[in-house]
Amino acid sequence: MLRIPCPFCGPRDHAEFTYLGDATVTYPPIDSTDQRAWYEAVYLRDNPRGPHKELWQHVNGCRMWLAVERDTMTHEIKSATAAHPGTRAALAAETAR
Amino acid sequence: MNRYSWFSVLKEGLTGHKGWPRAWRDPEPKPAYDAIVVGGGGHGLSTAYYLARNHGMRNIAVLEKGYLGGGNVGRNTTIVRSNYMLPYSTQFYEFSLKLWENLSHELNYNVMFSQRGQIGLFHSPAARDAAARRANTMRLNDIEAELLSREQLMTMIPHLDYSASARFPILGGILQRRAGTARHDAVAWGYARAADRLGVDLIQNCEVTGILRQGNRVTGVETTRGTILAPKVGLAVAGNTTLLTDMAGLGRMPIESHKLQAFVSEPLKPLLDYVVAFALPGGHFYISQSDKGGLVFGGDLDMYNSYAQKGNLPVVEDVAGCAMALMPCLGRVRLLRHWSGVMDMSMDGSHIISKTAVEGLYLNTGWCYGGFKATPASGWCFASTMAKDEPHELTAAFSLDRFERGLAIDEKGQGPTPNLH
Repeated sequence: MLRIPCPFCGPRDHAEFTYLGDATVTYPPIDSTDQRAWYEAVYLRDNPRGPHKELWQHVNGCRMWLAVERDTMTHEIKSATAAHPGTRAALAAETAR
Repeated sequence: MNRYSWFSVLKEGLTGHKGWPRAWRDPEPKPAYDAIVVGGGGHGLSTAYYLARNHGMRNIAVLEKGYLGGGNVGRNTTIVRSNYMLPYSTQFYEFSLKLWENLSHELNYNVMFSQRGQIGLFHSPAARDAAARRANTMRLNDIEAELLSREQLMTMIPHLDYSASARFPILGGILQRRAGTARHDAVAWGYARAADRLGVDLIQNCEVTGILRQGNRVTGVETTRGTILAPKVGLAVAGNTTLLTDMAGLGRMPIESHKLQAFVSEPLKPLLDYVVAFALPGGHFYISQSDKGGLVFGGDLDMYNSYAQKGNLPVVEDVAGCAMALMPCLGRVRLLRHWSGVMDMSMDGSHIISKTAVEGLYLNTGWCYGGFKATPASGWCFASTMAKDEPHELTAAFSLDRFERGLAIDEKGQGPTPNLH
């Protein structure tokens, strides 16, 4: 079992989470007609053996989306933060307070 | 190298089994070959065999970083079938099944191909409609299939949970009688021995560390056993595809590496005559009984990207739950072994056999869960692609550029989510 340090709930078993995949992928703007950019975002992945930034959702917990840094060879988890930048900033402000 | 036959078995039996030669040589790598296949698994070895057999290329080598057949060909649940839906897949897998049917004779090696039949269960009227559609699609492609009623199933496989309180009540199944299982290691060893007999160098403990290019042409590979030159290099490295394509500078791939676990129980007396599978929201499971009596079964991926050949416990629990839901009589059966392999999960769930942007570099990947059954046809078509430098007609649709051209072959209709295929 992986233990994911959820910033909202604390360390939890990964069975509470669902997995989406590579967190570095950003889609083009929704009105973009750049076929190449869409192709790259939808289909191509770095698929590294080693550190990987990825999206997990804590569905059986706080339901928040998390950006997790995990090693795909050792499964070691380096960090887990809120995936949404706004939530991340709010969380940081809350922690600092 | 002697041929295996009833006569050789008899002769060796009478003379103390002292005359069996080793099954293949252990050659030193030559400085150059006409073609190199990277990956000594099922697909790499069958590719090398068909390069030699069909295309007369004898000065070729298979490079394997570990030992032959140590990857996914030795880690799967050995199911062979051709019950696909989309035109390109049906034809490709049916061709593969036909090669399977003569494989032991072809290789002079008993791959223990057992056409015991594969049954996919359905559990709802909608799933029955889908199964009927699948059976009809298969029949239209000249592949036999039949629908089984619940009553038929009860006589064929009495041990399933047919009770009203079953977690997944069984309504019936779809049967492909020509499907079955094969001895997975024997497939690797059979291809290795047959390729070796045709002069192919099988080089183990030889990890590729770099791919040499001159401009846009491949010229060879760097390995842990020195530089080896070749004008044609084929990659058949399953979950490690991205590492090799990165070395070749091919750019990012429509592939994610995920791990899949498989399980085998202690040996039991004959219990299950068919391969049985079901897939529905909440459960995915496939099981058969090996000739040694062990129940061989598996389920879903571990779901997160991984290059580690080690499984995680939630999937063990999930698969055990599926086993109990299907065959409650397994409750006291002990697990003998379980293991994990790294799958090359593609973005549409279909494989890639293709030329690449680099001349002389060919790619064989994206097999997801289903590479074992494809072993003969994959080698056949990949060898043709490498030898002729043009796609084989059966795999032309499975090109690397199909994603960019909007021609994904998504059997499951799952979209670009590799871990859900």
